[in-house]
Amino acid sequence: MTELKRIGRIKFGLLSPQEVRKMSATKIITADTYDSDGFPIEMGLMDPRLGVIDPGLRCRTCGGRPGECPGHFGHIELAAPVAHIGFAKLIRKILQATCRKCGRLLLGEEAKKKYQDDIKKLKKIKRSTDDVIKDMFKDSIKTGVCPHCGEEQKDIKFEKPTTYIEEGHKLMPSDIRDRLERIPDDDVELLGMDASNARPEWIILTVLPVPPVTARPSITLESGQRSEDDLTHKLVDIIRINQRFQENREAGAPQLIIEDLWELLQYHVTTFLDNEVSGVPPARHRSGRPLKTLSQRLKGKEGRFRGSLSGKRVNFSARTVISPDPNLDIDEVGVPVEIAKEMTITMNVTPLNIKECKEYVRRGPERHPGANYVKRLDGQRIKVTDRNCEELAEMLGPGWKVDRQLKDGDAVLFNRQPSLHRMSIMAHKVKVMPHKTFRLNPTVCPPYNADFDGDEMNLHVPQTEEARAEARILIAVEGNMLSPRFGGPIIGGIHDHITGLFLLTRGTTLFDENDALELLRKSHIKNLPKPAIYENDKPYWTGRQIFSLMLPKGLDLTYRAKACENCDVCKKSECEKDAYVVIKNGELLCGTIDEKAIGAFTGQVLDRIVKEFGPAEGKKFLDNATRLAIRVIMHFGFSFGIDDEDIPQEAQSQIYEIMMEAEKKVKRLIDAYEIGELDALPGRTIDETLEMKIMEELGKARDQAGNIASQHLGLDNSAVAMAISGARGSVLNLTQMSTCVGQQSVRGERITRGYDERTLPHFKKRDLGAAAKGFVKCSYKKGLSPTEFFFHAIGGREGLVDTAVRTSQSGYLQRRLINALQDLEVKYDGTVRDTRGLIVQFEYGEDGIDPSKSDYGKSVNVRRIVQNVTGQDLAEV
Amino acid sequence: MRLAKKDTVKALERRGIDAKTAETLCNAGFTMGKLKKASIEDVMKAGISKTSAGKVMEKLSKIDTKVTKTTKKVKKEERGAVTPLLIDSKLKGLPLPLSIIDELRTYLNKVKPTEAQLERILQMSVDAYERARIEPCEAVGIVAAQSIGEPGTQMTMRTFHYAGVAEINVTLGLPRLIEIADARKVPSTPIMRIKLEPEYARDREKARALGWKIEETNIIDVGSIAVDMAKMQVVIELNEKILSRRNITAEEIAKKVGAETNLDVQLEGLKLTVNPGRHSYRGLLQLVEDVKGITLKGVKGIHRIIIRKENGEYVLYTEGSALKRVLQFEGVNASRTKTNNINEIAEVLGIEAARNAIISEAMDTLREQGLEVDIRHIMLVADMVTAEGEVKQIGRHGVAGEKASVLSRAAFEVTVNHLLDAGVKGHVDELAGVTENVIVGQPIQLGTGDVELMYKAKE
Repeated sequence: MTELKRIGRIKFGLLSPQEVRKMSATKIITADTYDSDGFPIEMGLMDPRLGVIDPGLRCRTCGGRPGECPGHFGHIELAAPVAHIGFAKLIRKILQATCRKCGRLLLGEEAKKKYQDDIKKLKKIKRSTDDVIKDMFKDSIKTGVCPHCGEEQKDIKFEKPTTYIEEGHKLMPSDIRDRLERIPDDDVELLGMDASNARPEWIILTVLPVPPVTARPSITLESGQRSEDDLTHKLVDIIRINQRFQENREAGAPQLIIEDLWELLQYHVTTFLDNEVSGVPPARHRSGRPLKTLSQRLKGKEGRFRGSLSGKRVNFSARTVISPDPNLDIDEVGVPVEIAKEMTITMNVTPLNIKECKEYVRRGPERHPGANYVKRLDGQRIKVTDRNCEELAEMLGPGWKVDRQLKDGDAVLFNRQPSLHRMSIMAHKVKVMPHKTFRLNPTVCPPYNADFDGDEMNLHVPQTEEARAEARILIAVEGNMLSPRFGGPIIGGIHDHITGLFLLTRGTTLFDENDALELLRKSHIKNLPKPAIYENDKPYWTGRQIFSLMLPKGLDLTYRAKACENCDVCKKSECEKDAYVVIKNGELLCGTIDEKAIGAFTGQVLDRIVKEFGPAEGKKFLDNATRLAIRVIMHFGFSFGIDDEDIPQEAQSQIYEIMMEAEKKVKRLIDAYEIGELDALPGRTIDETLEMKIMEELGKARDQAGNIASQHLGLDNSAVAMAISGARGSVLNLTQMSTCVGQQSVRGERITRGYDERTLPHFKKRDLGAAAKGFVKCSYKKGLSPTEFFFHAIGGREGLVDTAVRTSQSGYLQRRLINALQDLEVKYDGTVRDTRGLIVQFEYGEDGIDPSKSDYGKSVNVRRIVQNVTGQDLAEV
Repeated sequence: MRLAKKDTVKALERRGIDAKTAETLCNAGFTMGKLKKASIEDVMKAGISKTSAGKVMEKLSKIDTKVTKTTKKVKKEERGAVTPLLIDSKLKGLPLPLSIIDELRTYLNKVKPTEAQLERILQMSVDAYERARIEPCEAVGIVAAQSIGEPGTQMTMRTFHYAGVAEINVTLGLPRLIEIADARKVPSTPIMRIKLEPEYARDREKARALGWKIEETNIIDVGSIAVDMAKMQVVIELNEKILSRRNITAEEIAKKVGAETNLDVQLEGLKLTVNPGRHSYRGLLQLVEDVKGITLKGVKGIHRIIIRKENGEYVLYTEGSALKRVLQFEGVNASRTKTNNINEIAEVLGIEAARNAIISEAMDTLREQGLEVDIRHIMLVADMVTAEGEVKQIGRHGVAGEKASVLSRAAFEVTVNHLLDAGVKGHVDELAGVTENVIVGQPIQLGTGDVELMYKAKE
């Protein structure tokens, strides 16, 4: 590969009039664009020397075709100088700080020397000189008499946007330019400007560069009519006024008319540069739409900088809807054949791979692992078609290049927006499949934050060997199982995976040989361990034994499962919740597998395996365990329906009791409040106290009702199984469905807003009771009453608004954080520095530990090491 | 065969035998298995001096189960546990962070390992530490920003929440995080937690008295203000109960009001009358406002104090923050008192304290939301923000706005102004950062992009 050239640095400056003329391909004098035959007019705005956009033509300056020719600037000689709107404030400051006669800074020699020294010092240590220059301006603006020529200074008033008045007398841009010209180079430095690249007089424009046509292409409408770019429109205006100005002046028009035209010229140049200046009415298109001129092109999210330069559109990418496929490996992605046929990888033909390459070319573009293009030795690219594929395959020789189609095993980058962290882009291995969606293993949903309700994802094919190597080594799913955010797993089983293993490892379900092998079919385990028991001479295995087959030998682990209630004295293996999990030498001895074992973010078993046995082993475990889980859940069968929310009659009457009781209590509270017997809580008013007490009472009622309901809904209820295992939902969700939805709230308070001292016209005025303030005592299953439904909608709306506001706010916070920190890097000496070389940290994180390699933030798990070496069980310190 | 030999050499070297001896041994046909069984004489036959042969045996037997003369002593020692003193001396000078060393010490003293075990534990610890170290060229800034930004989407927006003290509202969740990033001069809900010196901390009365002393007391707190239209004067009725509780006398109040308003104040029992002298209605109403604003006692800005008992000591929580003045009160434990106003900390205690405050505030906010974020990420943000001696904002007016690169600043916010400015000042963009290089279409100088490998092909 040829060595890449690097742009070393970019220097900014102002264009001098000479420079503008020098780089100009032509002077523009006519405002017309095309003649009646549709050819561009010479010295017009579409002069062919400014570059070409029409296919078939060649640039008159460089001879390039459209696409090759970058375009060339032209220039307009302005009849009179005008101010550059971007520097309006700077012009004022300079006028005020320099002498109106001799042009020198209004500073004594001594003060000047001091400022010069300060600036020199700051520049030497590469610090900003802004503060010194600010002081300098302050100093010199104060001075009333020029210390050099003794001229008395007059007050200069600045009127937005570009009018400067010196004691009632308006300063024309030409006057200003004269003054700026007089400033010596020495003083320019003190103004914070760079005399060689930005003389102050250059901010008053005398020549206007005309952007090349490639930057303002005209489009031909269907009707054959040409539609010009906004910039062209603006340039036409400028030229017209410029001409009129010149004619009027030559004709000796009165000063008043000249000044009017001058101002008009200033207006057009101003809006050409920036069409959103305050105080200037924006130039509009015929339709009334404001024109998009230079500043507008650069600004904002869709502007040149953020829209086209920081974010670019790329080739070799694909996007489609995603759908789940638990049979894929976690680091695979199912790619539709249609997409695989479009996406290519360039192969360099060598004697070693020529046979393979020939085969691809021979297959042509239509039979899947084929080739779309070949590149001959002379650099000519030829499209492979059904007709020429045989022929091309024969001609193929070393040194050719073949664009072969994507096939199984290729590494590609897979991405879902918003890309909030680095795990939003991971490298997967391609698996070409029929149908039209991308397929992915549901275990990688958490890092992408993906679900399958219509989400779309992008796929990128790396094009160089370096990129492919990085994809395989650094970006692969396998290498990103641990999050750098907290040093724990971010990939893990979800939903059915958790329920499945929960069902398998819970209690003492036994499986005969047939069942056991059936469950293990999708994993690579062929041999069963010694059976747990024999019954009628038939061997049986426990679910834990089957699960243990997935665990690597040598895994030792003890932790508490999700069901653990943090009893005062842990009963350990006697736990009736089966929440004390012990794994010894890769054998699950007791406890149930749930979200805390294999879930994303929390999976302890997964975490341990990845950290102790490496990511490859972790991946293997996850692949096998999730496949086992799917087969288990299929074996048992798992469903949830409306009758799973049924609770017996007696429970319902109990719940009714509780609700009545709660309402009574609330009423009692309100009564106490009304007769003034309610005591305020410390630091609260009586009203607040009442609200808090009512909320507490109603919350308690709902919880009690929920408890009664859950007593009647056992683990054989699938919603309970899901809630307890952590697969999906919570006990609260189930309570809301089956017994009582509970208090609806807005901003953490009961619903109070409404007209005429009540929330809804169904209630009495000033009613403080439970129902009148948004307490929903019905369950979702029973159905909500009309008022309850309304309150529920109010509460629900708050949630929606909240999410909408939050996404935009946190998005902006993230953008700012990224921008502030993106250049920080750990150097070879262990320090963290920014691009200026400023040391931000002497050692990263004070101990130099990489959080993604740490164990939940700790570099060394001392307890485990000591335990492993001495063989003693240790309590945590 | 040759491979096997190499392996043996390597294995020997790993056990601390020098390369030359190892090679001679291998050439003599020794394998690891044979060596273990061999005696010194056997080894000497391979052409090695007695001393080095002895050494070889010693080295090998350290791992061996076979008991030879030299190892017997070691074995004896192994049986007995090592002393804490030995542990200490071994721990000294290990290339590990202090926290790990401390942890090691507690565990080691607890299990009392044998010397060999001790050595292994220490070696494994050092290895684990080395393995977990950050690699050069790692783009830690981006990782930190992502790690803090990504959970932001999961946070609640609710501004007011009750934390710790139910009586005081605190901004939490995403708004608080944004507040920290913005480096606001005053947080929207300033709060202090004042810890007390032991004698105050244990005595509820003393703690409460101190609380009254610190809390800002205004006239409306101790009585009611009324305007006597007929006599054109302001009348203040004081509440005796509250006066005695707040430990302030009517005379003191009269004096204070007089001094603040420069007017004649009459005191009759618990009734204060202020006569403005001027006879304008508006003036009278203005006077009421002025009188309301007078701080009779305490620290201005501390609106409310709540006393709570935490871990056996009384702690004062305040609404409003005035660190500098509060720290000067007797009975306040200055080293354990804190505020959530980061800028105030920077002013009173310095930039290092502000840095620590940012870390603890951000960590608390995230933890309260149940989000786990490694402290190192937050440290990096805090260090970046305070690196130049003042707390800077994350954004346009701070870190991002002061970057060296023109293109990077232009790509962030206020694009046009940065470009115009750069033109006038003749700035140079060195293209060292991320955005700049993305803009010009070059590889970024971070991570794998910062490593240069050169390969010289053989002719």
